[in-house]
Amino acid sequence: MGAGAISGAGGDRAFSGATRLAALLVLVLMGGIIAVMAWGGRDAFATFGPHFLISNIWNPVTEKFGALAPIYGTLVTAILAMVFAVPFAFGIAVFLTEMAPKWLAQPLGIAIELLAAVPSIIFGMWGFFVIVPVMAQDIQPWLIHHLGHAPLIGAFFSGAPFGTGLFTGGLILAVMVTPFITAVMRDVFTAMPPVLKESAYGLGCTRWEVLSRIVLPYSRTAVVGGIMLGLGRALGETMAITFVIGNSTRITSPSLFAPGNTIASLVALEFPEASAGSLKLSALLALGLILMVISLITLSISRMLLRSRKTSR
Amino acid sequence: MSEHTPAERVPASTPITVGAPEVRAVEALPAETKISVQNLDFYYGDNHALRNINIDFPARRVTGMIGPSGCGKSTLLRTLNRMYDLYPGQRATGRAMLDGVNILDGGLDANTLRSRVGMVFQKPTPFPMSIYDNIAFGIRLHEKPSKSELDGRIEDSLRRVALWDEVKDRLKAGATEMSGGQQQRLCIARTIATKPEVILLDEPTSALDPISTARVEELLDELKGDFTIVIVTHNLQQAARCADQVAFFFMGELIEVAPADILFTRPRERRTQDYITGRFG
Amino acid sequence: MSATTLDAVPQGIRLSVSKQQRRRHRTDRLVAALCIFATLVVLAALGSILWTLVARGLSGLTIDALSHVAAPPGQGGGLLNAIVGSLIQTALGMVIGTPIGLLAGIFLAEYGRNSPFANAVRFVSDMLLSAPSILVGLFVYLILVETLGHFSGFAGSVALAVLVIPIVVRTTEDMLRLVPVQMREAASALGARQWRVTLLICRAAKAGLATGVLLAMARTAGETAPLLFTSLGNLVWSVSLDQPMASLPLTIYQYAGSAYDDWIQLAWTASLLITVGVLAINIIARVMLRSKR
Repeated sequence: MGAGAISGAGGDRAFSGATRLAALLVLVLMGGIIAVMAWGGRDAFATFGPHFLISNIWNPVTEKFGALAPIYGTLVTAILAMVFAVPFAFGIAVFLTEMAPKWLAQPLGIAIELLAAVPSIIFGMWGFFVIVPVMAQDIQPWLIHHLGHAPLIGAFFSGAPFGTGLFTGGLILAVMVTPFITAVMRDVFTAMPPVLKESAYGLGCTRWEVLSRIVLPYSRTAVVGGIMLGLGRALGETMAITFVIGNSTRITSPSLFAPGNTIASLVALEFPEASAGSLKLSALLALGLILMVISLITLSISRMLLRSRKTSR
Repeated sequence: MSEHTPAERVPASTPITVGAPEVRAVEALPAETKISVQNLDFYYGDNHALRNINIDFPARRVTGMIGPSGCGKSTLLRTLNRMYDLYPGQRATGRAMLDGVNILDGGLDANTLRSRVGMVFQKPTPFPMSIYDNIAFGIRLHEKPSKSELDGRIEDSLRRVALWDEVKDRLKAGATEMSGGQQQRLCIARTIATKPEVILLDEPTSALDPISTARVEELLDELKGDFTIVIVTHNLQQAARCADQVAFFFMGELIEVAPADILFTRPRERRTQDYITGRFG
Repeated sequence: MSATTLDAVPQGIRLSVSKQQRRRHRTDRLVAALCIFATLVVLAALGSILWTLVARGLSGLTIDALSHVAAPPGQGGGLLNAIVGSLIQTALGMVIGTPIGLLAGIFLAEYGRNSPFANAVRFVSDMLLSAPSILVGLFVYLILVETLGHFSGFAGSVALAVLVIPIVVRTTEDMLRLVPVQMREAASALGARQWRVTLLICRAAKAGLATGVLLAMARTAGETAPLLFTSLGNLVWSVSLDQPMASLPLTIYQYAGSAYDDWIQLAWTASLLITVGVLAINIIARVMLRSKR
C-alpha cells in the first residue's frame, strides 16, 4: 500500500505537470507568433519608422513599402462585412429563436452552422466565379448609376464596375462571418429568462416590442461581443478575400468598387515573390504584426463583453 | 484544543445535551468507537458551517444524521473522508479520530483514508463503463488481484447488495443502462468491494422509488455486521428504521445525539422535539 | 345628452387604440418579414455555394481525377497527390495538436480552474482560436522553413497543429465541465488519485471530446492560408514529410487562378471533395454529440 501510494503520488505529479506544460505551451505559441513577427519585421520598422503606417506606397522595385493601402483595405472590407452581416445575423437569430417552430428551427440552425464550416477557400472560389460576374454585370452598374452622382456618398459608388474590389470582398466576408454572429445572438436570445419575455407578452407587447425593449437591452453587451467576434474573424480572413479583392497595392480612389488589398491578402499574394532576408519579406512580416495587434484588440474586446455576461449570470 | 477523554468531553463541549442520552447511548451500544469527532469546526470560505461538533460513531453500528436542509449534516459526512479537500476555500479544524488517528491534520493520505472510509452519494454515480468494470475500478485502485480473485470479489460484493442474480448474465453491459435502484446498489457494491471500514451514505435513497428504498434499507441492516455506517437522511422514518444511534443537527450545531428509540420518543431538546414532530424543517 | 357623451368617449378611445394597434402590428409584421427574408438570403447563399460545387465539380469527379497524380495542363493530371497530401498533413497535424489541446483543456477544467495562470491560458487560447490563420503560417515559416532552408509537409502539419490546439482546448474544457461533480466525488471517495479521477471524467466526456477533435479536423482539413508558406504545394508525387507537399486546398488555390480549363475543372472537383469531406465530418460530430445526450 505504501509503495503504491508513493507511485500514485508520482503519477499525480507527472500528470498534472504534463497538463500544466501543455497549458504553458499555449501561452508560448501566442508569445512566439508575436515575437517572431516583431523580430522579422524589425528591418521594415527600422527603415521606414512610423511612416510605414501611413505611407501609400508599395513598390518592390524601389524597395519602398507602406502599410496604408492594406490597412485601409482591411478596415474597409471588415466594416463593410459588418454592415451587411449584422442585420442578417440579427434577423436569422430572431427567426430561429422567436418565430420558427422547433422542427424548422433546428435544421435551419444546423444549416447556418454548416455555412460556418465551409472552408474559406471555397468562399473564394464561389465569390470569384459566381458573385464577381453578377457584381460586374448587374449590381455595381446599378449602384453606380443610382448612387454614383449622389452628394457626399457618390464618390464611394463611382468608377468602373470591375466586379472585384473592396465592396465584393466585404460582401463575401459578410457571408462568411454571419454564422458566427448568428450563433452568439442565438445563444444570448435563448438564454433570456423566459419569465421576462412572458411578462412582456402578458402586457400585450408585440413580438417586435418584446425584442426591441426587453430582449435587446437585456442582451446588448453580448450582442456587441458577438459582433466584435465576427469583426475579428473578418479582419484576418485570407483565402476568400484573395480571390476577389482585385490585388491593388495602392489606394487609387475612394470608390468601394476599386480594387484593393487587405493585410492578409497582400501577404498571401506577395509572399511568393519575397525572398528570405529581403526588405519586402520584412515589410510583410511587419504587416502581419500589425494585423495581429488589430485582431487581438478586437477579439479581446469581444471576449470581455461575452465574458461579463457569463459572470453576471 | 486540550486533550479530553470521551467521558468528560461530551458534556464539556456540548453543554446543551449534557449527560443522560450519551450515557444511555454508551450503555445501549458497545463501547468501541470507530470515529470520534472532537471540537470540529468547518468553514466554506468565510461561512462557518459547523460549530464545535463532538460526536462518536460506534463501530459496526448505523448512525443516522438528521436535520433540516443546510444544517450541516452532509458537511460533517463529507468531513469524515476529507471530500472537502477537492475544493479550495473549504477547511475543517478540530479533530476526527479514526481508530485513534486524526484524519483532519493531513497526516493520513487522503486516498488511503478514502479507501478505509467509503462513500455512497445521493444520486447513483455509476461510472461510464460496464457493471464489472465499475466494481473492478475501485478494487484495482488499491490492490492488484489476480483475475480469478477479482471475479470472486466482484461476485461477492454484488451478492451482498442482492444484485448478483439480476446482473450476472450481463456483467459487461454498461452500468448506466441499469435502473436507478440497481445503480445505487451497484454503487454500494463498488464501495464495499474495496473493503472499507466505514461507509458514509449521503441521502442514498432520496432519488429512489419506495421498493428500491426498502431494499437499500435491508442492505444497511445486513452490512452493519461488518461496517461502521453513517447515513444522512431527510427521511425520519428511515432514520428510525435503520439507525442505532441518531444525531440531530440544526444551523451548524449538533443539538442532540441518542439511541434511535430514545431520540424519537423522548428527545431531551425542544428543537429536536419540534423537528421530529414536523414543526419546522 | 349623457348618452352621447357616453357614446363619444368609448368610441374615441376605441378609435385611437385601434389605430395605434394597427401601426404596432404593421411594424411587427414588417420585422417578421425582414427576419424571414434574412434567413432565406443566407440559406440561398449556402444553397448557391453547394449547388455551384456540385454543378461544376461533379462532372470532373472521375476515377482518373482521383487516381492520377498532378500533371501539367492538358496532360490528364489528377488530384491523387493532393488528396494523399491533405490526409497526411491533416492526420499529422491532429496527432501533434490533439494531445496538447486535450492536456491543456484538462488543465483548465481540472487543475487550473480560476487561477491567474489558467485565466491567462484560457484568454490566449480563445485569441488563438480566432486569430488570422495566415499569421500562423508566417510564424511556422520563420521557425521551421527559413531555419531549415526548405518548405516541407512537416512544417505544414505543425501549422495545422497550431490551429488544432485552441479548438481542442476549448471543447475539452467545456465538455469536462459538463460532467456532474458527483462523478468526480464518487471516484475520489473510492480513494482514486486525481489523475485517475481525471481520466475517468475524460471517459465520461468522451463523446464530447471526440466531437471537439472532429471539429478541429474539419477546420484544419480545409485550411489553406497556413499551408501557403509552409508545405507550399507540390506538383509531383511526394509523401516525404521533408519535402514540399501538395494538399487539396493549395491545389484549389493554384489551379483556380490558372488559365487552363482542365486545371480549373480539377479545382472545382477538389473544392467539392474538400467541402463534402469537411461538412460530413461536421455532421458526424454533431450527430455523435446529440445521440450521446
